[in-house]
Amino acid sequence: MTRPLVEVRDLKMHFPIYSGLLRRQVGAVKAVDGVSFDILEGETLGLVGESGCGKSTCGRAVLRLYDITGGEIVIDGRAIGSDPQDRLRDMRPTMQMVFQDPQASLNPRMTVGAIIGEPLSEHTRMSRSERRERVEELMDQVGLNRAFVNRYPHEFSGGQRQRIGIARALALNPKFIVCDEPIAALDVSIQAQVVNLLEELQDRLGLTYLFISHDLSMVRHIADRVAVMYLGKVVELAPRDALYSEPLHPYTQALLSAVPEPDPMLAGQKKDRIVLQGDVPSPANPPAGCNFCTRCPKVMEVCHRIDPAFLEIAPGHWSACHLHDPAHRGTVEAGPEGTDNENAGRPARREAPANGASIQQGDAT
Amino acid sequence: MPQGDTGSEAQNVLDVRDLHTVFRTRSGEVHAVNSVNFSVKPGELLGVVGESGSGKSVTMMSLIGLLPSPPAEVRSGEVLLDGEDLLKASPARLRDVRGGEIGFIFQDPMTSLNPVFDVGFQIMEPIRRHMGLNKRQARDRAIELLDLVGIPGAAGRLGDYPHQFSGGMRQRVMIAIALACDPKVLIADEPTTALDVTIQAQILEIIEDLRQKLGMAIVWITHDLGVVAGIADRVLVMYGGQIVEQAPVHPLFNDPRHPYTRALLKTVPSVSGARAAKLQVIAGQPPILGAAPSACPFRDRCPLVFDRCHQQNPPREIVAPGHDAACFHPSARTGREVAEASA
Repeated sequence: MTRPLVEVRDLKMHFPIYSGLLRRQVGAVKAVDGVSFDILEGETLGLVGESGCGKSTCGRAVLRLYDITGGEIVIDGRAIGSDPQDRLRDMRPTMQMVFQDPQASLNPRMTVGAIIGEPLSEHTRMSRSERRERVEELMDQVGLNRAFVNRYPHEFSGGQRQRIGIARALALNPKFIVCDEPIAALDVSIQAQVVNLLEELQDRLGLTYLFISHDLSMVRHIADRVAVMYLGKVVELAPRDALYSEPLHPYTQALLSAVPEPDPMLAGQKKDRIVLQGDVPSPANPPAGCNFCTRCPKVMEVCHRIDPAFLEIAPGHWSACHLHDPAHRGTVEAGPEGTDNENAGRPARREAPANGASIQQGDAT
Repeated sequence: MPQGDTGSEAQNVLDVRDLHTVFRTRSGEVHAVNSVNFSVKPGELLGVVGESGSGKSVTMMSLIGLLPSPPAEVRSGEVLLDGEDLLKASPARLRDVRGGEIGFIFQDPMTSLNPVFDVGFQIMEPIRRHMGLNKRQARDRAIELLDLVGIPGAAGRLGDYPHQFSGGMRQRVMIAIALACDPKVLIADEPTTALDVTIQAQILEIIEDLRQKLGMAIVWITHDLGVVAGIADRVLVMYGGQIVEQAPVHPLFNDPRHPYTRALLKTVPSVSGARAAKLQVIAGQPPILGAAPSACPFRDRCPLVFDRCHQQNPPREIVAPGHDAACFHPSARTGREVAEASA
C-alpha cells in the first residue's frame, strides 16, 4: 500500500499557438506547467481547480493521451513519458479512463455489450463466448442489468451511461483509472450513486484513482489526498483532512470559502467569506511571478517577481506560496531561484485590487 | 390548496395557480408540470430546487409563454402578475411583460447572448423597446447597468461582442439585460450552474446586493442546495412536475418534512463537518411523466412508502406555519424526532 503506483515529475503540456500568414508559432498555452505528484497504490488522489486550470489536460497527459512537452511519468514501475504511442499499447490495459460526458464518450451506434467488450477484443485473445461472459460479469459489477446487453446508449439515463463507461474502463483489470469529472454531468442524487460505486470497486479490486473534479465537497468525500491546481500548476497538495481544515495557500482558502454551505445556519455565519475578484488569467499569457498574484488577497511585492517554490510545509502538506516560504515571508528581498525567468520581462497583469490585505503597487516591470 | 402565505398583508406580485403544462411528443404526452401553485411577494427571493426533469424550468418558462407551442401546451391554470392573468394576455401584451415587468436570466450565458451583436446593442434593445428612451439615454442607462453588475470600464465595453467576455462576465451582461427595465420579478434559471465556484460567489454577491438596492422579487431556480441555503428566503422543492414541499429556508433545511427533501439533503456532502463513510443515495430513477399523476410521484424511491401512496396523489397540506408538504406519511405532519425514530 505504500509504493507509489504513479509518479509524475515536472509534467509539462504546452499547446502551441500558430498565427499570422505563415502560421508561425507565436506562443504556447501552458495548460500544464511543471506538475509533480505521486499516487500510492490503492489511493485516490483528488485533483481540483476551476475550469481552464489544466486539470483535465493533466489527467489525460498522465495517461499519455497527449505527447507531453516535458517531464516524466512512471506508472507501475515503467517510465512512459517519452515512449512513442505504439510502444504504449501494451501498457494501456493497466491504465484506463472514465470520461466526463457519458453521452459523448459512448458510441451511439454500438450496443452496450459491444462498448464494454471492445477493449477485450482489442487487447485480449478471448473467444466470443468468453467475452460475452466477461461483459456480463462487468455489468453485474457496476450494477447494470444483464438483460440490457443489446441495448444502445440512448436508452439509458445519465447515471446508467456513466456506469457503462466505468464498466468499459474496468474491462481489462486496470490498476490505475483516471476519472475525469465522472459526476459533473449528473444530478445530485445520481452523483452519490456513482461515487459510491467507484468507492465499492476500489475496495473490491484495489484500484488507484486520479479523481478530477471541480466539486470540492465530492472530492472531500472520495479522495485520500487532494491536489489543488491553478493555471497549470499544483498550488497545494495535502492529505484530505489537512487540506480542508487548514488550507495553506490563499487560493485554496478562497476556493473553499466560495463553496456554498448547504445549511442556512452555517451559511449565515459565513461572513468572512473570501470572494476573489476578477477572472483566471489566460494560460497563454500567465502573469510574471506567482500565477495567482493577480487575484490573491494576500499578494506581496515578491509575488510579482518570483514564482514560489513548491515546498513541504508540514509532513505531507505541500504548498507553493511565499507566505509559507521562510525565505520570502513578508520580506521584499529574495534571491534568484531560476524559476520562470521567461516571464520575468512581462508586467504583472492585475485586475481590481483585492479586498483587505497588504497590496503594494510595485509591479514587476 | 395552500398558497404559502405566512399571513402577511403584502400583496403577492406573482401568483401561480394550478398550472398544468403538457408536451405532445410522437411517443405520447409528457406531463411536465402538474398542478403547480406558488406565489412570490415583492422583495422576496424564492428558491426552486429539484433534479433535472423535475419541471423547474418548464414551470417558469410557462409563466411568460416562452415554451414553443407545439409541442408545449399550457393546459390550465392562472398566472397572476399583479392581478393580471398572463395566460390570457395577448401576444403584444406578453412582449411588453417579457423583459419589461419580468426579467429572465438563462442558464448558459453563451447561448443566450447573440454572438453577432455587441453587448451594448443587446442591453439597449429592451431599454428602447420597453422604456421608450432614445439612443443616447439608452446608452447612458446601459453603462449604468454594466457598472451596477460590476463590469470594469463599462463605457468602453459596450462595443464588445459576447465572445470577448469570460463566462462570469457574460453572466453579468445577462443580469444587466434582465435588470434593464426594473422588472417586478426576476426569474433566474440556474444562473450560476455553468460557472466556477469562485465566479459563482461573485455573482451571488451581486444578486444579494442588487436585491437590497432594487427590491425586486427573485425566483432562483437551481439544483444546488448550497446556493439556496445561502440566498433564499423561501424554498420550493419540485419532484416529478409537482411541488412536494414549500417552506421558509430555515425550517426546510433543519426540519424537512417530505421524504424526498430529506433524502436530497442527505445526498449532499459538505466541505465542513464530519465526513460520512458512505454517501446516502436515493435509489432508483426519477419518474417518467407519461400521464397525469394518479399516485405519489416519489413512491418508487420512497423509504416510507405505504398502500395509500400507490392509490392517491398527496395534496400539499400545511404542516407548520408557512410550511407545507405533499406526503401522506404521519411523519410529514409531526416533527423531525418522530421521523428519525421511525426511519
